[in-house]
Amino acid sequence: MEKKQRGVKILLVDDEEIFLEATARQLGVRGFKVTTADSGEAALLLMHDTPPDVVVLDQQMPGMSGSETFVEMKRINPLVEVIILTGNTSVDNALELLKMGTFDYLMKPINIDDLLYKIEDAYTRKMLNEKQQ
Amino acid sequence: MHERNYTKLWWRNCLAIICLSVVPLLFVAISLYSLFDGIYTEKVTETLKRTAENRRDAIDLFFNERIAQLYTIANTNTFAALSDETFLKKIFEVMHVKSNSYMDIGVIDDEGNHRSYVGPYYSLLKEVNYKHEPWFNATKANGIYISDIFMGFRKVPHFIIAVMVREKNTSWILRVTINLKNIYDVLQVDLVGEGSDAFIVNNKNVLMTQPRSGGYYLEKPNYPDFSSTITTNAGRRNFEAQESFYASTKISSTKWVLVVKEDPAEILLPFQKGRYLMVFFTISGLATIVLGAIIFTNVLINRIRQTDQEDASKSDMLIQANKMIALSKMAAGIAHEVNNPLAAIAEVAGWMKDLLAEEDIAKNKNFTELDESVDKIEQQVARAKKVIHNLLGFARRMEPAKEKINVNTLLDETTGFLDNEAKYVNINIEKKYAENVPIITNDLSQIQQVILNILNNAIDAIEHSGTVTVSTRYHEKTDEVEISIADTGKGIPESNLGKIFDPFFTTKEVGKGTGLGLSISYTIIEKLGGRITVESKAGEGTVFTIFLPKN
Repeated sequence: MEKKQRGVKILLVDDEEIFLEATARQLGVRGFKVTTADSGEAALLLMHDTPPDVVVLDQQMPGMSGSETFVEMKRINPLVEVIILTGNTSVDNALELLKMGTFDYLMKPINIDDLLYKIEDAYTRKMLNEKQQ
Repeated sequence: MHERNYTKLWWRNCLAIICLSVVPLLFVAISLYSLFDGIYTEKVTETLKRTAENRRDAIDLFFNERIAQLYTIANTNTFAALSDETFLKKIFEVMHVKSNSYMDIGVIDDEGNHRSYVGPYYSLLKEVNYKHEPWFNATKANGIYISDIFMGFRKVPHFIIAVMVREKNTSWILRVTINLKNIYDVLQVDLVGEGSDAFIVNNKNVLMTQPRSGGYYLEKPNYPDFSSTITTNAGRRNFEAQESFYASTKISSTKWVLVVKEDPAEILLPFQKGRYLMVFFTISGLATIVLGAIIFTNVLINRIRQTDQEDASKSDMLIQANKMIALSKMAAGIAHEVNNPLAAIAEVAGWMKDLLAEEDIAKNKNFTELDESVDKIEQQVARAKKVIHNLLGFARRMEPAKEKINVNTLLDETTGFLDNEAKYVNINIEKKYAENVPIITNDLSQIQQVILNILNNAIDAIEHSGTVTVSTRYHEKTDEVEISIADTGKGIPESNLGKIFDPFFTTKEVGKGTGLGLSISYTIIEKLGGRITVESKAGEGTVFTIFLPKN
């Protein structure tokens, strides 16, 4: 098991607590700094307190939806990269979000390694974008 | 859908057309017939009446001329002169010059004695006395007398015309016997038909002439009794079960009645011909109507049947399409509800795997079993994920790509994927491609997915040893390319044939098939503007046919 510290700050947002916890732990073990939020509203608060590099955002949530949260997040921090998790047919929505500027999307249930690669890619892009500015 | 009874419909329509056409036709035919019949009968009786009257007039004229002649002779000669037989003979010869109407002539005095006589019965008649004869007295009473036919002293049928002349204190009678042939000739002139006849009866219905059909003078005629005729009559009469046309008219100078008879079979011959023609045309008309009705009804019923079939297949397609829409919605719902817990399970399992990877736990005696269990959880999650993703195949509304596809090449490639698998179970994939199959424009990968799916099913259906035949055809009329995949497998029972495109319908063992393959194939082909059909016989095999539009 690799324990290297990657220093990437991740905000994981999902209303499913068990998913949230299990995923956070796995990512933690793999060297990411993970904060979790169980709703869009909670996630937006955390954007100020502990600004993340990459957000992993569930699309279907009670309250603020993934799309709405995404729009707000980009307003707070335009450089943040967002990976959308989608549970069903809303692939169309996910595609729509891709056009709006999300980094990528993943179909649930996710494979932790797939997520890991996507996060790393997203982080790389963020770094490039920051350098350009 | 309610199944129409086409036979019943056929009969109803056919009979309706026939009745509606036949009734007016028959009506017209019958009216025309009776009208024609009426007019013709009237014309015939009218003609017959005229014939009778003409003959009567001729006979009247004949009598009047004879009487005038007789009267002239009687009044221009004295009794004494005419009593001289030499003189009488001279006169008789003069009378004979212009006509041979007379048989003999005689002068009878007031006492009924034959004073002079010229004719063939000289020896018989010269000495007779007529004083007690009815005609002698009738002549004395009336002045002029035309007798009925009678036998008289000569015992031969004859009739006479007599005129009485008053001279000084006495009176005498000039009498002639008329040649019966003259009357007969006038009567029978121009009677052409074999059944035509003309005769005269007196007021006691006794024959005054001999009818052509038989019967002798003074007998009862073998015809209806017309003796009481006063004005001219004509019409159809039945006599002894035979119908004939008769006209009768009274001869004014006598008490006789002249009768003319015509055989309907002859006189109505032109009408009969017309009638046959009418019957022929009516029957031809009827035949035409019946034939027309049958042809028209056949065309109509076939069209109705065709429309019904089209409607039925349309409604089948509609039902199928509705099923698909309902399923997409359901699939979306299921995916949403199942995916989240599934995702949680996957992540928890992932976390457990992470934990198990730590060194101290690896030393635990149950480590291997735990590790394997977590692997199994992950495998099962992956399986569930696959099902869900298949389900989502319905809901995916991706724009189909537009690529140029050589169908034969595509089939070659696709069957290539399965070559090894087929060989392994001893299945021969036969290819029968048509060469005129055009390049089509469509979504290559989606079509490939469908073909692959059907090929897989075909191989599964055969199980071991058999043939899968892949063939193509081009339908120029509809501008469609047909791909047909036939297997020699176990076939689909008829009861299942209607359900095979239904989602979740599978006959494979639990866990082997999701029951979505054909359903997805159906949706894909529909989306690509084509159609897919299936034919199957249990025990013989199944044929899937895909029709794709050229463009």
